[in-house]
Amino acid sequence: MFEAAVKAYVDAGVNARKDIGSFLTAAEDYWEGYSIFDEFVPDQLGAVLRSVCTIGGDGLLAISNGAMQIETGLFDVVAVEAHSKASDMLTFDGILSHALDPVYNRAFNAHPYFIAGLEMQRYLHATKTTREQCASVVVKNKHNAMDNPLAAFPADMTVDEIINSTMVSHPLTQRDISPLADGCIVMVLASEKKAKELADHPIWLKGLGWYSDTPWLEARDWSAAGYTNLARDRAYKRAGIKNPRKEIDFAEVDDCFSYKELQHLEALQICESGKAGKLAEAGEFNCDGSFPVNVSGGRLGAGNLLEASALQSVLECVQQLRGHAGKRQIKNAKTAVAQSWRSVPTASGCVAVLSNEL
Amino acid sequence: MSKNMKELPGTPLSGKELKSEKVITFKWRPNAKYAWSAGIAYGRFLDELKAGRIIGRRCSRCERIIVPPRMFCEHCFVATDEWVYVKDTGTINTFSLSYLDADANRIKDPILVAVIDIDGASPGVGILHLLGNVAPDKIDVGMKVKAVWKPPEEREGSVTDILFWEPLED
Repeated sequence: MFEAAVKAYVDAGVNARKDIGSFLTAAEDYWEGYSIFDEFVPDQLGAVLRSVCTIGGDGLLAISNGAMQIETGLFDVVAVEAHSKASDMLTFDGILSHALDPVYNRAFNAHPYFIAGLEMQRYLHATKTTREQCASVVVKNKHNAMDNPLAAFPADMTVDEIINSTMVSHPLTQRDISPLADGCIVMVLASEKKAKELADHPIWLKGLGWYSDTPWLEARDWSAAGYTNLARDRAYKRAGIKNPRKEIDFAEVDDCFSYKELQHLEALQICESGKAGKLAEAGEFNCDGSFPVNVSGGRLGAGNLLEASALQSVLECVQQLRGHAGKRQIKNAKTAVAQSWRSVPTASGCVAVLSNEL
Repeated sequence: MSKNMKELPGTPLSGKELKSEKVITFKWRPNAKYAWSAGIAYGRFLDELKAGRIIGRRCSRCERIIVPPRMFCEHCFVATDEWVYVKDTGTINTFSLSYLDADANRIKDPILVAVIDIDGASPGVGILHLLGNVAPDKIDVGMKVKAVWKPPEEREGSVTDILFWEPLED
């Protein structure tokens, strides 16, 4: 965390101990194995005896809160942090099971990925998407990860290898699932005035939205990502996006499970409902396709970073929009959308529209 | 209870009735296990304890010697610069006599907890540990103390490689 923070502060040209007014961390005690984990945050961020708070949500929710803190006028520079130290968890599966409703959902003793199985089943049924189309997302994202030096799981795989990998919760196979990785991402946000002073390559937050659906597995929309539909509306409205497919150049979306990328793209109105699978299969979302998606490798290629996954998406958008993405640079990109989901068993997620033009 | 409420609604249940499972109960034991990585500073500190030494890190910006060691200075927000051995003597900064154990069981002989400013580290920098070989009513802030180590063959790279700190004879 210290190293990521130093890197971010040098990039932003700020002194943590003087210039940053407020620090936000997206964290969850059970991922850490500490109660009241919040209290362990300040030192590594340069936030001792400064304004600090923890957001119980993903990194994009922390960015949303940081942006709001700036909009209050109280601070002109804030730092946002999220990390994954998944390798410290010996019983990730047990910890995830502990997130289920204790009375109604824990008694059946199925691994919580059954929730992704249920959702994938209903999504495939409702949209006529195929398992092969979902597998093509895995092929694409793991391939994209080959050009991302920070990605943990780059690979060249085939659709058959993914479909025929170990079945986890039908129709979800092992390779449809993003593997856990460790990592830490820190970002610096600033007011418009301050950003213009500080940065050579400021990236502007044009719109933000965050929503949660019911936790109730018994009465949830299993086919569409309702939380993203609403977050999209709020973010697009603020950003003035009316025709997302035309006005946005690329997307980094949650692909914690293969089908989620397709479902989330539909929720973001990058294509019509039920069309994402066909477009993925046709290569439209490849790096060189008409609308690149998860050029970073996404969760499937770069790894599931828990609450930091959302910041991984934002980081890729920032690097692309700055023209600093190296081998995987998308040409002439001006506007991007980053979208997050907190994975099973949640129905919570955020949407951010970013641009290199104010 | 308020004036309008004469009795509590619902069915009263005693703790005994709950424990006897005469009511519907649901049991769940969380399976949450972790193995925290020590990292450079914790790792070296524990290694040194095993060897019977206390080590810290120096920040060249504020000149503080930080014990237990950290790879960055939380005040200056820069990486610390060098390893520094400090003494195994110090001064009681603050202390408390705990009559409860970690699970809140009442204990007869209190656990003597203290923050000890270590000789050779910067003022106000020290370690959290136990006091021993001292009557609880004789302990005071400012008292000089010295570490009592486990025999080398029993040390395992843990803060408990020091048994406790006892008053230092003048």
